[in-house]
Amino acid sequence: MYPSKFDYHRPSSVQEAVQILADNPDAKVLAGGHSLIPVMKLRLAAPAALVDIGRIDALQSISRSNGSLRIGACVTYNEIANSADVQEAAPLLAEAAGQIGDRQVRYRGTIGGNLSHADPASDLPAAALALGATLHVAGSGGSRSVSASDFFVDLMMTALQADEILTEVEIPAAGAGTGSAYVKFEHPASGYALCGAAAVVTRDAGGSCTGASLCFNGVSATAVSAAAAASGLVGSDLSDGAIDSALSGMSIPDATGDMFASAGYRQELARALGAQALRTARDRA
Amino acid sequence: MGISIELEVNGASVSKEVEPRLLLAHLLREELGLTGTKIGCDTSQCGSCTILLDGQAVKSCTVLAVQADGSEVTTIEGLANGEYHPMQQAFWDNHGLQCGFCTPGMIISCVDLLNSNPQPSEDEIRHGLEGNLCRCTGYHNIVRAVQAAAETMNG
Repeated sequence: MYPSKFDYHRPSSVQEAVQILADNPDAKVLAGGHSLIPVMKLRLAAPAALVDIGRIDALQSISRSNGSLRIGACVTYNEIANSADVQEAAPLLAEAAGQIGDRQVRYRGTIGGNLSHADPASDLPAAALALGATLHVAGSGGSRSVSASDFFVDLMMTALQADEILTEVEIPAAGAGTGSAYVKFEHPASGYALCGAAAVVTRDAGGSCTGASLCFNGVSATAVSAAAAASGLVGSDLSDGAIDSALSGMSIPDATGDMFASAGYRQELARALGAQALRTARDRA
Repeated sequence: MGISIELEVNGASVSKEVEPRLLLAHLLREELGLTGTKIGCDTSQCGSCTILLDGQAVKSCTVLAVQADGSEVTTIEGLANGEYHPMQQAFWDNHGLQCGFCTPGMIISCVDLLNSNPQPSEDEIRHGLEGNLCRCTGYHNIVRAVQAAAETMNG
């Protein structure tokens, strides 16, 4: 199988890339290509042009400054999973990235491509949500920042405009007393998450919960935050009983049912994996 | 519209003018005659098209040839250097194959695995090879081959 014909552009700067996008409304951005090339081979997508941002130096680095971790859009899953900076400042992201696909896929797939593709069954969107990530975006009209909670609009739809590129993901570095975990139940053939749970909890010196977030992949059309369940944990001792009680009434809106799993089963997975992720996060806090 | 690319394949310089949609797997097999690299599922899952791109195992059915411009590629044909690579020898010695179709990609992945983790546990080997499928389910001997190669290569 091979894709239908397209023009190929390989800009060397973000500015050049967004200009090409602005000039070619049917163009798509190519990063690692491990979501885009398969759908092009299946002819589910046939963009007139590809803008390959894989060689833009400004998108390749991981850095830390002023309590923030900044990850360039073209940093690969493998680099994220193995980065000492990410493991220390955002261990949830390293854990989730290390569970994506397989070794070969992790060498090519990128965080920017992943979040921009917005596949609900992928592993990074819930982690980005749970970590309160800010997504930096460049377009022909200038740059802007979008919070992860505003970025995922619908099934494979994001807040990105056609001439915009996600350039950098900024994550507040984990503070003292913070623990996190990503747990997923994957489809045995594809490895995609039927449900993935990303949890972050913070405890004070007495062990009491001062902050919690719990987000899910795979359950509905976008990654979602179970904000009500998480806020129910604040002030608790994060015991197994407190976690079970916070999750007992949790219901993810518009859960997806498909040939792999019914909506009800996904809700059940979310409760089970959510509890597992929260318990592990607590033990790491 | 053709795009000029230059890359190094198994140590030899290659210059080609290619269509942007040409996949690296097709460049290797059809333009360069390196048919050791197989195309199995053609959907980025089975791993039989795995090659080393700048030293990393990647699925060449999911990489455009133009993306490999300026890179070093190693295929199964480039592993042996007068004698079999220790991983090839270990597959031979341990009968790490049945029909052989997955073998080139499997061996390349195993080489990459040992490059990043020279002494993997059995569990790490099995997880490390999750991107390569053997439809004959010959995994036990493949794992033994990797363990044997690790011993040889760690001398």
